[in-house]
Amino acid sequence: MTAWLQRLGRRGIGFFERLGRGHLFLLRVLAALPAALARPRLLVAQLHAVGVRTLLIIGVSGLFVGMVLGLQGYNTLVDFGAEESLGVVVALSLVRELGPVVSALLFAGRAGSALTAEIGLMKATEQLSGMEMMAVDPLERVVAPRFVAGLVAMPLLAAIFSVVGVYGGWFVGVGLLGVDDGAFWSQMQAQVDLHDDVYNGVVKSLVFGFVASWIALFEGYDAVPTSEGVGRATTRTVVHTALAVLGLDFVLTALMFE
Amino acid sequence: MSEPAPSAQTRRDEVLVRIRGLRFRRGERVIFDGVDMDIRRGQVTAVMGPSGTGKTTLLRLIGGQLRPEAGTVEVDGQDVHRLGRRALYALRRRMGMLFQSGALLTDLDVFENVAFPLREHTRLPERMIRDLVLMKLEAVGLRGARRLMPAELSGGMARRVALARAIALDPMMVMYDEPFTGQDPISMGVLLQLIRLLNDALGLTSIVVSHDVQETAAIADYIYVIAGGRVVEHGPPEALARSPSPWVQQFMQGLPDGPVPFHYPAPDYAADLLEGVP
Ligand SMILES: Nc1ncnc2c1ncn2[C@@H]1O[C@H](COP(=O)(O)OP(=O)(O)OP(=O)(O)O)[C@@H](O)[C@H]1O
Ligand SMILES: [Mg+2]
Repeated sequence: MTAWLQRLGRRGIGFFERLGRGHLFLLRVLAALPAALARPRLLVAQLHAVGVRTLLIIGVSGLFVGMVLGLQGYNTLVDFGAEESLGVVVALSLVRELGPVVSALLFAGRAGSALTAEIGLMKATEQLSGMEMMAVDPLERVVAPRFVAGLVAMPLLAAIFSVVGVYGGWFVGVGLLGVDDGAFWSQMQAQVDLHDDVYNGVVKSLVFGFVASWIALFEGYDAVPTSEGVGRATTRTVVHTALAVLGLDFVLTALMFE
Repeated sequence: MSEPAPSAQTRRDEVLVRIRGLRFRRGERVIFDGVDMDIRRGQVTAVMGPSGTGKTTLLRLIGGQLRPEAGTVEVDGQDVHRLGRRALYALRRRMGMLFQSGALLTDLDVFENVAFPLREHTRLPERMIRDLVLMKLEAVGLRGARRLMPAELSGGMARRVALARAIALDPMMVMYDEPFTGQDPISMGVLLQLIRLLNDALGLTSIVVSHDVQETAAIADYIYVIAGGRVVEHGPPEALARSPSPWVQQFMQGLPDGPVPFHYPAPDYAADLLEGVP
């Protein structure tokens, strides 16, 4: 019993220690941002790496999610004779919810895990301490540019996801199931609000990009510098990002669309 | 009119790295327990000792990557562990370090690895960077390998690239962590000469950590032997060779038995083996 309590206590302390380290890490990354922003070439290279890694999977997933939305939405709406509203249903689901959330989950699985592995291996092979000894701050040179890239890429990827998804829904609804083309688009235009829906979606994906990049980079930087440690850290990145994104999504939704 | 500075001052300036009362621990294990060292300017100082005594740790303490529990490390008159970040980075710019593992950046090729410190710290035009990098690579015999990626290098080659990178900024001092491991006899001989030559031609100060006792002793001006968390002997190579200390004799001649333990601290062997017996 006491052994069990001891273990629980040690775990608890370990958890809060890590949480503290994570926040200190974030502060140091934020402090390194100005230096990183002064070197646009590094940023562009990282943006390219993150974007290219994730673009294809975002596009394909967006298409399928949109098609499923078209199908499900049509089946529900047609019972009420409201299939003309299909465009609105597809667009709102994507812009408010599925675009930001699903692309953040995909980002964690594809780009986030790669970031963790990359930084973790750099640590394990002493590249980070090598940089420190060359008087180059790895937080400025390696971590901060990747953080900015994640932050910028996330809303763009979510937007691409939503756009492709809308076309997927249109293809199924209008192309295959015979919903009126004009009604599909005009209802969407009339009902989707730039501020309430689109901006809020962008805010969501900014928050998710922030959290996903933070977790991925911290897990890599804090990884036990062995192949096993890096492997574990990569798994943790995906799991923790997924939980954080879904939890935050609920909070943000409650705040935005009350 | 001014007289030359008092001799205490000049003597102080001869020492580039001054270590006093250094104590350092990893968890429960005491790595250093009161180490004093003076690394003289312009000299090649060798640091020797059994594997796991903390030679790499010592270099990291000098570079300010680790904090001692007690004691001071002064480099060029500055207490490394009291410097702010900015000052520490400025100091590190003047120190080159060759890591035991090489620590090359795996996403850059050989040329870019050597160019890395130049690109980070200078605004030199591309032509000049090219010339400088090729000069350093020529010195370590790898000018022809400049387009290889680190993954395509052997361990010995990687360490030579790391050496070229360590001297890219023309530092005032270079710390070599096991530069000879994985080198064949020829490149080892070349590297030995190179370290000596760089030291004398560029007016560097060199700290060489190595297990190759005879070879290193041949180029070193001064040797520190550390074991068990302390400096067990120090002096010029000739003096050490004549040292009566059994520690030093064992170490210099590579004998397995003697006062220097080959084993990491462990419980009694027989007792350990018998422990598993039901
Ligand atoms: N990150 C670490 N965490 C805990 N202990 C460590 C760590 N790094 C090194 N040690 C311990 O510190 C001691 C000294 O290590 P160090 O790498 O300085 O030895 P060394 O003299 O360079 O050995 P070698 O000649 O084999 O390179 C070792 O006993 C090792 O177990
Ligand atoms: Mg070592």
